[in-house]
Amino acid sequence: MLGEGILKGLGETARNFAGSFVSAERLTTVQYPEERVAPIEATRDFPFLVYDGTDWEAGLRCVACQICEKECPPKCIYIVKSTDKKPDALGKPQIYPARFDIDISVCMSCQICVEVCPFEAIKMDTEFELSTTDRFGGLLYDKKELAKSNEHYHKIHPTEAAEVDARLAEEKAKSEAKAKAAAAAAAAKAAAAPVAAKPAASAVPAVKPAEGEKQG
Amino acid sequence: MIEKADQIFVILAHWLVSFLPAWLQQPAMVLLGVVAIIVTFPALFAITVLLERKGLGRMQNRYGPNRVGPYGIFQPVADGLKSLTKEDIVPLSADAVVHFLAPVLLVVVVFMGYAVLPIGRNMTLVNMDAGLLFFFAIGASSELSVFMAGWSSRNKYSLLGAMRAVAQMISYEVPLLMSSVAVVMITGSLSLGKIVDAQNQYTYGLPHWYIFTPWGFAGFILFAVAATAETNRSPFDLPEGESELVAGYFTEYSGFKFALFFLGEYVGMLGISGLGTTLFLGGYSAPLQVLGFVPSWIWFFSKIMLSMCVFIWVRGTLPRLRQDQLMNFAWKFVLPLSLLNLIVAGIWRFMGDGWLRWVACSTILLLAYTVMARVGMKREHFGPRSYRYAE
Repeated sequence: MLGEGILKGLGETARNFAGSFVSAERLTTVQYPEERVAPIEATRDFPFLVYDGTDWEAGLRCVACQICEKECPPKCIYIVKSTDKKPDALGKPQIYPARFDIDISVCMSCQICVEVCPFEAIKMDTEFELSTTDRFGGLLYDKKELAKSNEHYHKIHPTEAAEVDARLAEEKAKSEAKAKAAAAAAAAKAAAAPVAAKPAASAVPAVKPAEGEKQG
Repeated sequence: MIEKADQIFVILAHWLVSFLPAWLQQPAMVLLGVVAIIVTFPALFAITVLLERKGLGRMQNRYGPNRVGPYGIFQPVADGLKSLTKEDIVPLSADAVVHFLAPVLLVVVVFMGYAVLPIGRNMTLVNMDAGLLFFFAIGASSELSVFMAGWSSRNKYSLLGAMRAVAQMISYEVPLLMSSVAVVMITGSLSLGKIVDAQNQYTYGLPHWYIFTPWGFAGFILFAVAATAETNRSPFDLPEGESELVAGYFTEYSGFKFALFFLGEYVGMLGISGLGTTLFLGGYSAPLQVLGFVPSWIWFFSKIMLSMCVFIWVRGTLPRLRQDQLMNFAWKFVLPLSLLNLIVAGIWRFMGDGWLRWVACSTILLLAYTVMARVGMKREHFGPRSYRYAE
């Protein structure tokens, strides 16, 4: 019969209308600034740089290898390599980024920088309230604004951060064992031929194989 | 006291003009009436927009606007301020004069319709003998404004929207008139005041509204359908179908001109609700004799607000029709039924009092409805679509 469906539909909307006043579970809207839904663990929006320890500048994992800069599809990363070396979190001298800028107005949140980084230095953040009155400078983040602690990483992506930490610890143990072996070998050599071997020189070959493993 | 509450606006107007010299009193009275209409109905428009946004939200299990003021009641104020402060853009290739005139014309004609509506007892601005005719004549001019807007914008969406609007409005103008003619046949007058007076009588405390007769009920439904289409409301909102035509004929309008279109549309809806109320729902008369003490204008306004709520309800329920469905519905279903309704109204008039005319008129209408629904609205099955050239 013509009109039957219309009446049924009117009944349905009337039921919704009345029901939304009596049952709260019908209303799925989250009243955002007052109410918040905790982001799910896989949430990601823009990258940040992870640092270990308490000093953000000293603890940055990034060694300015520029892989992320080259891989970034929209080219939103800008890195300037340092000319000198600074000791990293483990105390090894490393090149560090003199500048590391990400233009988040260009970033498309693809996570490719995170996937290519061999040093677990860049990760995706979940912070989304980034509105600013300056659409150029305000959205161009420098090294300082990008640097966030490993604790922060643990807070936003606990599972992933635990995996990363385990991997880093394993690598660190491996490289330490190698360094020890190398040191022992050097010591043995030194004992055999008492030529003054500098401890800094023995550290350099110990790092290189570790890096090669990571990249492979 | 009751009489005073009923006539409060009339008394107030008389008191206000009594301060003026005698030769100025008549024009001042008219001016006061015009100002009252121009103030009241945009206020109702604001309330309707809020009701619509809140109501539609609730029908879709949302809150609707709830940020501006307590429960979002100042949302229309915020909307108004926004559209006032927005930039008014006129396309370079648009016909600037016509582009400017279109929204103005729309607002002017929809307000002119109110001149003849009896808003309460003794509250008609111009008590015209041919009020109904005037209303329809003025109402038809809104088509002109829509087409002016669509044509002058020099935009394909605007033009398509305007073409659709004109086709739709002309198609539904016919059943709209036809369903009103039944009322004129029974009342024997085109004067809206007389039409209300004819319904403002009670038997056993129940009113003589035309909707409580078979032909009146059918006429009211047909009128409501045609009025919905005439005001471009969902489900007949093809002229401004945002999913296809951006915004239809007012795509190229922004700022205050857009607000004028918006205002014109809603004030037009309120006007046609007012006409429907006057024709079928007893105008300003109370629904029960015992409620006669409530001022007449309250009844009028509650009836039009109730019909606005129905408009909103229907909008929240029905999806938009396709162009061919729209035309089929107009010409194959609504028009034949409204023509038949004229005959039924004639039968009702000449069968005299008694239960027999109830049975006869109801049977004819029900039968016609069933047959028309089966035959006129039959879905045609063309089988699977075949492609001769594409593939």
